[in-house]
Amino acid sequence: MTLTRKLMASTATALILTAGTAYAQSETATHPETGEALAATQAFTYRVLDESPSIDPGLVEDVDGSEIVRDLFEGLMNQDALGQLVPGVATGYEVSDDNLVYTFTLRDDARWSNGDPVTAADFEYAWKRAADPATASPYQWYMELMSLENGSDVVSGDTDPSELGVTAVDDTTLEVRLSEPLPYFPQMVTHATTFPVHQATIEEFGDDWTRPENMVSNGAYVLTEWVSQERLVRSRNDQYWDNDNTIIDTVTRLVIPDENVALTRYLAGELDMTDVPAGQFPRLSEEYPDQAVSVPEACSYYFMFNLRDDAPEAFQNADVRQALSLAINRDVIVENVLAGGQEPAYTFTHWATAGFETPDIPMAGMTQDERNAMAQELLGNAGYGPDGEPLTVNLVYNTSEAHAAVAVAVSQMWKQTLGVETSLSNQEWQTFLEARSNGDFEVARGGWCADYNEASTFLDLMQSGSGYNDSKFVNEEVDELLSEAKTAENPQANYDRVEEIIAEETPIIPIYHYASVFMLNDDLKGWPYENFEQNWYSRELYVTADE
Amino acid sequence: MYPNKATVEVLEQAGHMAEVRGRSLWADARSRFLKNKAAVASMIVLLLVALFALFGQVFAQWERDFIDFSLIGSNARQGVPSFETGHYFGTDASGRDLYARTVQGTQISLMVGLVGAMVAVIVGTLYGATAGYIGGRTDNLMMRTVDILMSIPFMFVLILMLVIFGRSIFMLFLGIGLISWLDMARIARGQTLTIKNKEFVEVAYATGVHPAKIILRHIVPNLLGIVIVYATLLVPSMIIFESFISFLGLGVQEPNTSLGALISEGAANVNNQVPWQLGFPLVFFVIIIFAFFFVGDGLRDALDPKDR
Amino acid sequence: MFAFIARRLAVAVPTLLILVILSFILMYTAPGGPFNSERPLPPEVLANINAKYGLDQPFWKQIATYVWGVTTQFDFGPSFQFTNRSVNDIIAQGFPVTLTYGAYSFLVAVLVGVSLGVAAAIKQNTWLDYLAVGITVGAQVLPNFVLGPILIIIFTLWLGWLPGGGWNGGQWEYVVLPVIALSTSYMASIARITRSSMLETLNTNFIRTARAKGLSTGRVIWKHALKPTMLPVLSYLGPAFVGMITGSVVVDIIFSTGGIGRFFVNSAFNRDYSVIMGITILVGALTIFFNLLVDVLYAWIDPKIRY
Repeated sequence: MTLTRKLMASTATALILTAGTAYAQSETATHPETGEALAATQAFTYRVLDESPSIDPGLVEDVDGSEIVRDLFEGLMNQDALGQLVPGVATGYEVSDDNLVYTFTLRDDARWSNGDPVTAADFEYAWKRAADPATASPYQWYMELMSLENGSDVVSGDTDPSELGVTAVDDTTLEVRLSEPLPYFPQMVTHATTFPVHQATIEEFGDDWTRPENMVSNGAYVLTEWVSQERLVRSRNDQYWDNDNTIIDTVTRLVIPDENVALTRYLAGELDMTDVPAGQFPRLSEEYPDQAVSVPEACSYYFMFNLRDDAPEAFQNADVRQALSLAINRDVIVENVLAGGQEPAYTFTHWATAGFETPDIPMAGMTQDERNAMAQELLGNAGYGPDGEPLTVNLVYNTSEAHAAVAVAVSQMWKQTLGVETSLSNQEWQTFLEARSNGDFEVARGGWCADYNEASTFLDLMQSGSGYNDSKFVNEEVDELLSEAKTAENPQANYDRVEEIIAEETPIIPIYHYASVFMLNDDLKGWPYENFEQNWYSRELYVTADE
Repeated sequence: MYPNKATVEVLEQAGHMAEVRGRSLWADARSRFLKNKAAVASMIVLLLVALFALFGQVFAQWERDFIDFSLIGSNARQGVPSFETGHYFGTDASGRDLYARTVQGTQISLMVGLVGAMVAVIVGTLYGATAGYIGGRTDNLMMRTVDILMSIPFMFVLILMLVIFGRSIFMLFLGIGLISWLDMARIARGQTLTIKNKEFVEVAYATGVHPAKIILRHIVPNLLGIVIVYATLLVPSMIIFESFISFLGLGVQEPNTSLGALISEGAANVNNQVPWQLGFPLVFFVIIIFAFFFVGDGLRDALDPKDR
Repeated sequence: MFAFIARRLAVAVPTLLILVILSFILMYTAPGGPFNSERPLPPEVLANINAKYGLDQPFWKQIATYVWGVTTQFDFGPSFQFTNRSVNDIIAQGFPVTLTYGAYSFLVAVLVGVSLGVAAAIKQNTWLDYLAVGITVGAQVLPNFVLGPILIIIFTLWLGWLPGGGWNGGQWEYVVLPVIALSTSYMASIARITRSSMLETLNTNFIRTARAKGLSTGRVIWKHALKPTMLPVLSYLGPAFVGMITGSVVVDIIFSTGGIGRFFVNSAFNRDYSVIMGITILVGALTIFFNLLVDVLYAWIDPKIRY
């Protein structure tokens, strides 16, 4: 029997329930869909670099924390293995004709881990709580980004949180009012910040409500153990509405700061998943072809020039910037330095972004020798380089071995091709961010990850008004093209032009498009490799028995 | 009670005698040191290491920051130490010549050790001698300050400083200097207390020599023996200290390197089939530290024969 | 003796105060606040957060509030980074871990170190002596960040005997490797100090006399030689203690034990002011206390010392 678990309409639920129960009772368990034999112990252990600041849905801010929150809580909508929207607590939604009012219908069998029903009021409370300045959530801005009615005023404290554009009409109906149409709004409710929280628990325990003994959650798992900086264990939630289709019983997250130690422990069988240290992928994929995985990840790696008026004169010259861009041999960086299936980047937008077709950038079609020749010519004409004024570059990056490796390689390329001397300085994350936003740099490393799967999540950074445009690149045409793209039927032409301008003006040097590179136990199945944002849910995973 | 003017001339003689005796003391010490085979051998090893640090680059076939792009990422297979490729010690993960990097690492590590020891010698000795010579309240105050500073977890403060003010070799030297002089100050003070009642000091005092001059001319030279011994033993602990800072990624920054940074990188890759990345720097590290230990022990035995 | 202890404790108070003020000033002057992130927070959000943690107050008021809280209520405030946790909470979790493996390491270092040193001294110039000297010389200089990964490869990957990290509530198999990694170099130092100190003691007149009187070697060592031998070892314990606290940072990183060392480094990198200061003060207080303990012990063993 094959059941498409993507189709979670309430009629299908009953069927799945029966199938699930049958599976749970049988001795030699097999997977309900694929029929694979399942291992007796269904546990998943994975490694993260660092402790997450918070696992409170309203406060969570990092990728690792969101992974935990997606297991412990469930929002209105979920993503499937391909990143497509599938029902979560909501079975579906309706949109008003002006695209401003979304009405979500909630399933009536959703339960909190203490048995209380999950109602629309829980969502209303959670959203208002996240937006409330008193909560001081680092992801408060997300509520603003969702364009909720009165969102900005609530966030800034000018309006009471009760005025936020979200209302529980009844237990199973949630009405959301937007201040402007947002085509990707439904995608945004798969994000952890929008997940419900249990009001009574929070009011009873205050900040301590996320402790294992206190937490009440509505996801497929409940928190059973949490030792900060060491381990976090979550186990099956019996109250979860789709519990019968959950296969993994316990999920353990270990904090292992040293990636090489983590790899050793993975090889010793202590972990089911860990990151591959930079440069180790070729060796590991040769030795463990079934376990070393590289899939595209929705981030772009780039260097940015400081284009402020007080920045060094040399970088005000587009030819100099382009020369530096041309001289970087991206193939060496992705194939040798990182060697983890990353792709060389000549555009800012990640090549795998949905609906985006990488435009033809002249540089992309050249060989590296041609690029080097052109770079030398451009730099020479600009009056710098071996025959002109000597050029020195200060390159700032935030502390990380991988960033250091890229920076060291690039500085050598500039030296070997253009005779440009580079001084490298690495800074602690917080210092680095401050230096960058204050314009206290010449060239700085940048990395940007998509908030949603559409090209504007990258290109909006090039808008002169963007808060993340640390280059302070100002180009009226770009601004116009991007604002036009918001309402355009097919914005691809606009995106092409913006990418061309980026290539010509070179405010930033795109270097590579990320890939997520990790080791995954080959008995562990169900991993959503194709999910561009790498949003995985433990309840979709399962461990097959060894043959 | 200080001597009256009548005895001064006699004691001045005693002072000279002390100096003469002092000279022969040094000669004695030298001959005792030369008899200590381990110490002499270590001294020679240290000289060789110093030569390696200073002139090793001459024999390198590659610049220390030159990246062989064809070697990046395939370090385990193609970066193997070999005379043919000119990478005597192999290459590191970025395809750089490990020999040239070890030369620089040795330079930096030795420098860290020597600077730390030097700060300790200069600041610590003067501070300790001053406190010990002046005595009384001043002494009490100065040594209490040292006590207070000693119970500050300096490694933690140093980590903070490096994180806050950015990593630079200057900051590292400053941090190491801040820590290293405290013990020296205590030792110097203790020694000063025994010296200051010697006749030649009392004579100098009686003849109205300025205290600063007494400290510099009479006390400090007589502290030298113990100071040298302690400084020699301080160098390896500074080098170890630096390696710890490098492990945290707070030490010398790319493209420069130190033995600590090389070892820490090698240790991280210890299971990645690149044993030379840990092996060569570690050998130099261990050799340097041992040599300093043995030389320090030898010096102590030579200068302070009552111990054996 | 009591006057001595009282005097030392009187010094401890200003020391801690200096420590608090020093680290507060360091953190205050630091570029980059605790709430910078890649996506700059809108000013109003940042203002909300700063207000919540009192960072909008003037410098003197922040430091006064902090010192007041610490001294009157042992309250180190909330963590800036771990949103739902207080510093006390973090220390309460991390410190017992550090204390556990730290205490074991200390015991192992002292017991093994002293036994090895005594054995080597008694059997001077035999194979046992050479072996002990050889082992200790090697162990002394091997940095623990080299030893740690090697231990994991041997005992976890190759032999599969012990877990390669984690704490898991302090079950014994999780404690073994961290203790080996942390104690080895101090064990080696203690062994060397004990050996040379014991050799010296054995050469003194009163021991020779005792031996000449026909007392058994074991009795001589145990009754007479051990006490004077321990003096140099004792004075090494202070620095060893400080060294182990520092070493716990490495152990926490390599073995992911989740002790305060890890929290310290982590909060330093993330500018979690309150956690950094809480841990610095804790470590400072411990150091002071431990040094006092060593001094008292020293005075107790060596009656010549008068305070």
